[in-house]
Amino acid sequence: MDSVLFIVGLIAAMLRVATPLIYGTLGELFSERAGVLNLGIEGTMFLGAFTGFAVAATTGSLWLGLLGAILAGILAGLLMSLLSVRLGVNQHVAGLGITLLATGISLFAFRVIFGESKVPPSIESFPMLQILPDTNPLAPITNQYLLTFIGIALIPLVWWIISKTRFGLQIRAVGENPEAADAAGLNVYAIRTRALAIGGALMAVGGAFLTLAQLGSFTFGIVAGRGWVCIALIIFANWHAVNVLWGALIFGGVQALQLRLQTQGIKLPYELFLSLPYVVTIIALTIAGRNASAPSALLKAYRRE
Amino acid sequence: MKKFTIERAPAPVWMRTLLPIIAIPVTFLITSIIILLDGANPFTAYYNFLIAPLASKSSAIEVLVKSTPLLLTGAAVAFAFKGGYWNIGAEGQLYAGAISAAFVGTILVDVPPIIGIPAMIIGGFVGGLIWALPSAILKVKLGVDEVVTTLLMNSIVLNVTSFLLNGPWRNPVSMWPQSPEIQPGTMFPQLLPRTRLHFGIILAVLVILITWFVINRTSFGLKMRAIGLSKEGARFAGIKVNKTMLTVALISGGIAGLAGAGEVAGIHFHLIDAISDGLGYSGIIIATLGGLNPFGVGLAALFIGLIDTGAQTVSRVMGVPVYLGDVVQSTLLLVTLSLFVLQNYRIRRVK
Repeated sequence: MDSVLFIVGLIAAMLRVATPLIYGTLGELFSERAGVLNLGIEGTMFLGAFTGFAVAATTGSLWLGLLGAILAGILAGLLMSLLSVRLGVNQHVAGLGITLLATGISLFAFRVIFGESKVPPSIESFPMLQILPDTNPLAPITNQYLLTFIGIALIPLVWWIISKTRFGLQIRAVGENPEAADAAGLNVYAIRTRALAIGGALMAVGGAFLTLAQLGSFTFGIVAGRGWVCIALIIFANWHAVNVLWGALIFGGVQALQLRLQTQGIKLPYELFLSLPYVVTIIALTIAGRNASAPSALLKAYRRE
Repeated sequence: MKKFTIERAPAPVWMRTLLPIIAIPVTFLITSIIILLDGANPFTAYYNFLIAPLASKSSAIEVLVKSTPLLLTGAAVAFAFKGGYWNIGAEGQLYAGAISAAFVGTILVDVPPIIGIPAMIIGGFVGGLIWALPSAILKVKLGVDEVVTTLLMNSIVLNVTSFLLNGPWRNPVSMWPQSPEIQPGTMFPQLLPRTRLHFGIILAVLVILITWFVINRTSFGLKMRAIGLSKEGARFAGIKVNKTMLTVALISGGIAGLAGAGEVAGIHFHLIDAISDGLGYSGIIIATLGGLNPFGVGLAALFIGLIDTGAQTVSRVMGVPVYLGDVVQSTLLLVTLSLFVLQNYRIRRVK
């Protein structure tokens, strides 16, 4: 019975840990399939976490908080577009710059709004859905936050958008061969800009999940490298939406497992376990050789002559 | 009547030098918006930001203290970028250098400084180099994108640091997560009494001079610049691209490792979790502002050091959150990047 409880708890925690990663990775997927590596992800998630929390705390509405986070994420995506698409500056440096800027602005605004109190301010976060009664042994797995279910549902939706719709075809076209796309009459700048805006919104929701659902408060270490994990997961997922789920669940599972083993008093060098996804990604990159399925025009600014 | 046209051609050199300088007032104009939102006066804020730290001797020295690791991470990043290697991992290489230096500093019991200090320098350099090695090898042997691998190596070393400080290196008495104090003979000497200014800044200036010399006055520098301009072209010219790039990547990692060694040997005397807090990423800002030129990097590092110090002054004097410094730094980076696009254009008079 104990082992059943343990496994149920593990799966429940795995889903929670995976949620922000699913949003972040799907956001990055939009950007990268359109040909832009957005290293602004770490900062965009942080900005989403902060904006969501700040709007929810000042207006009292969690949904307005979520909306605020989405708008902030879109803005971050548009800024990335201005720099890397319109001006064609180096994508790595522009993305890192956005991460630094979004983080700085969030920290600054947090201090301006909430001051320097010893007790971190908190909000009443989204409740978990009651799908099964609490007495049911499987309840911890099914009773998750709405945002977790939406995130999982987004995976097939994003797969469908990218591989089956006209908009998805355009994204892939500008990500694989912008010159040909342009010759075919597509507006490369506009399509990449849209992809980055959607991507930014998704990343921000990933961050907002942490403050609005999981924690109900905002701390400076709240995102803690999750954006970089998403950069890793997308390679692991070979730029395919459905694989994002497996990657996020495996990472979530490892994280949940180490947390559980720790609370059981089992001594493990868990920090080394936390490095596993990064190590696995580097190995995956190596095996994939010359980035087998990376969009061909990734990292290349497009200049219309 | 004179007419002008804008054409796609490299801008004149004076223009390229001017761009980062133009970026500064533009940045202050943009960031004054958030200062106004906080209800503070931007002019007073910028006085406290840029002038006040230089007005007193102790805070002017603190600018140099803050600039010390920045000179090194800036030089590390600029060196790599100049050679066409996108090392985003200076942050991680700094940590690796700090770990390695903390180890060397602990085991060299009762050594005189004449042995201890060079050992710390070598330790830091080798630590950073080792951390840069996997990404560099994967890049040149298998063509694996170094941006992603160096970025991920940053995350790994943070976990390794946390493992060391909570595991083998945790202080058994206080349970404080910091490594044992390094031996006195391995500490960098103070340059001025009662300040934190230490030998690291001399080391940093030497590194700036050496990297400038290597890039501009050696055949190796010529090769790496050729690769930075075009890998295909360099290969065509008979340059061993992979071998040169590997060397560039490892030296860059080593220089970033020196920054970590300096923080351990000159400031903290322990390894701590927050030994860097973004110095490696600031190195990318500094390298960009400095136009990848070591002397430009030197000026940019001093300027970012001033901003870091000034942010604390603004916070103390006016109650404006200290994170204004982060906002100014990152805005400056983005504005400079945008202005650099103008490098590709020149204005010509048409008769």
